[in-house]
Amino acid sequence: MALLELKNVSKIYGDLKALNDVSISVEKGEWVAIMGPSGSGKSTMMNIIGCMDKPSVGEVLLDGVDISKEPQKVLTDIRREKIGLIFQQFHMVTYLTAVENVMVSQYYHSMPDEAEALEALDRVGLKERAKHLPGQLSGGEQQRVCVARALINHPELILADEPTGNLDETNENIVLDLFRQLHREGTTLIVVTHDPEVAEAAQRTIVLEHGRVAREIINENFEA
Amino acid sequence: MLFKMIRGVLYHQRAKMLLIAFTIVLGTSLATGMLNVMWDVGDKVNQELKTYGANITVKPKDASLLTDIYDVGEGEQLSEAYLNEEDLPKLKTIFWAFNIVDFTPFLEADASLPDGTDAKIVGTWFNHHLSLPTGEELDAGIAGMRSWWDVTGGNWLDESEPSAASSVMVGTLLAEEKGWKIGDEITLAGSAKEMTATVAGIYDAGGDEDLEIYAPLDLVQALTDREGKVDRIEVSALTTPDNELAQRAAKNPSALSSRDYETWYCTAYVSAICYQIQEAIPNASAAAVRQVAESEGTILDKTQLLMLLITALSLIGAALGISNLVTASVMERSMEIGLLKAIGARDRSITFVIMVEILVTALIGGVAGYFLGFGFAQLIGQSVFGSAIEMKLKVIPIVAALITLVTLAGSLPAIRMVLRLRPAEVLHGGQ
Ligand SMILES: Nc1ncnc2c1ncn2[C@@H]1O[C@H](COP(=O)(O)OP(=O)(O)OP(=O)(O)O)[C@@H](O)[C@H]1O
Ligand SMILES: [Mg+2]
Repeated sequence: MALLELKNVSKIYGDLKALNDVSISVEKGEWVAIMGPSGSGKSTMMNIIGCMDKPSVGEVLLDGVDISKEPQKVLTDIRREKIGLIFQQFHMVTYLTAVENVMVSQYYHSMPDEAEALEALDRVGLKERAKHLPGQLSGGEQQRVCVARALINHPELILADEPTGNLDETNENIVLDLFRQLHREGTTLIVVTHDPEVAEAAQRTIVLEHGRVAREIINENFEA
Repeated sequence: MLFKMIRGVLYHQRAKMLLIAFTIVLGTSLATGMLNVMWDVGDKVNQELKTYGANITVKPKDASLLTDIYDVGEGEQLSEAYLNEEDLPKLKTIFWAFNIVDFTPFLEADASLPDGTDAKIVGTWFNHHLSLPTGEELDAGIAGMRSWWDVTGGNWLDESEPSAASSVMVGTLLAEEKGWKIGDEITLAGSAKEMTATVAGIYDAGGDEDLEIYAPLDLVQALTDREGKVDRIEVSALTTPDNELAQRAAKNPSALSSRDYETWYCTAYVSAICYQIQEAIPNASAAAVRQVAESEGTILDKTQLLMLLITALSLIGAALGISNLVTASVMERSMEIGLLKAIGARDRSITFVIMVEILVTALIGGVAGYFLGFGFAQLIGQSVFGSAIEMKLKVIPIVAALITLVTLAGSLPAIRMVLRLRPAEVLHGGQ
């Protein structure tokens, strides 16, 4: 069964169609990359899937629920329960340490558990830096903390908008390895990227152009 | 976690939080100071103004008529007209009895002294004890109405002492002239008989009274064989400032419509009180001693209004200040708030964190401000009234409520901003 289904989704700003009649479907456990030129509607689509925005037209089914019709409060609940978000900029609460930043996510989800948060940091290779403030971490390290925060509540779906856009080769590989692990564990991944290397790590790439799906590429060489 | 976040924000934004606390300190201290003074000022101003003495004089009707017609000065009454001493307690039976603070009768005479000279002797009450039919007990007399007299030797006559009946108080100039000391026996001859009295007190009134003798009313009545008679009564009453209605009524109460009459009668205008005194005491004519009667109510009202205005303005100022600072603080954190929303924080839990931060800050500022404001009140009390301001407990909950209200009102724009903030916009911004 499809975890996510967009049916004829459009997002219209004035006379600009940021998304124009997009229909896609993502299976549970699938790893999908989204590519496309700047302004083609990638972030717009991620915001809609991530329950942070609503489509102007069309249906968005997440786990069978049409999130385009739900009120704000329910969307917040869905986002908290099912979705892990990773952004291109490494957004962290500046006055909390790395481990506390991970725990914030636990706090809003259920209960902060420091041991579990430390374990998540260990997975991204940052256990030693748990007590550091964001300002004391490099960009790559901050992004890894954000990945740890996104996966701490075991979301069904991870949405990453240019997660490696600001990372060097080494950090990019660490993040990709983490995605591979998550994929093996059955997490559904949707990753927006400009980087063909990142896209090639996914099972399938959807290319957007001018708000439309231009083509889909199945990665024959995909290895789990 | 919550605690860490709140602590984090308080620490991280300590400059702003300090400013918020400071704003609240200012608002609270002004409000506390003003409210404390305001509630105490009523008593203080009344005390101050009472020291100016009477604001209503009651005379026999015939006497005042004649004085008015022939324009003769006080004490030069053309006819022998008197009020009855026994009618005095009736002052406390009028509608506005509660506003009558003090009163005292006067009976004047000339007494011949052994050295052949004359001195003016004034019979009055000093602290005359009255048990009213209503069951009320009070002490009336000039001790309260001439409180500015400086008793330089001896003491005020105390009518509760048996010796008071044959004691007098003497003006400082007269005592000096005659060489009288405290405890001296002096002989006074009136139109009816001769009596001896002890000098129990010497006062400095700073006026004509310094050449006079003040004696118990009974003594002067006996001296001149005018038992139960008084020349005039001075009344000190709390009054409401006159308005147009009071002025119309003062001219002729019977010309008022019955509705206006009712309103006027049931308001503590000085003219209404005079009118009621005339109703209560037969053959009496009561008149306001103008300036003082007017100023009393006016000053009080105006001072209190001023203080309320200062309080209100300082609170509005505080609300505006808080609103600016909290909005700035939220704006500075919009990325963080967007992030928390994206992670799945509900609006109300984000609002809660922000409100706790601000209320903690407000609490600290409020407590500091309260004590500062109390100091303020003392400063005002000392410099304006020369006495301490009493700490009114009711100010605490009122100020606390006002400050909470001001803080909440000040935070509203920021909270609205938080609720409107869309994570997608702040988190993707700047790309
Ligand atoms: N809130 C908005 N109001 C108006 N137009 C918007 C808004 N958000 C996005 N757009 C427009 O919608 C189009 C798609 O924007 P989107 O952010 O989805 O592009 P993108 O594919 O993510 O580009 P990039 O690769 O640069 O991130 C753009 O032309 C953008 O200007
Ligand atoms: Mg984008």
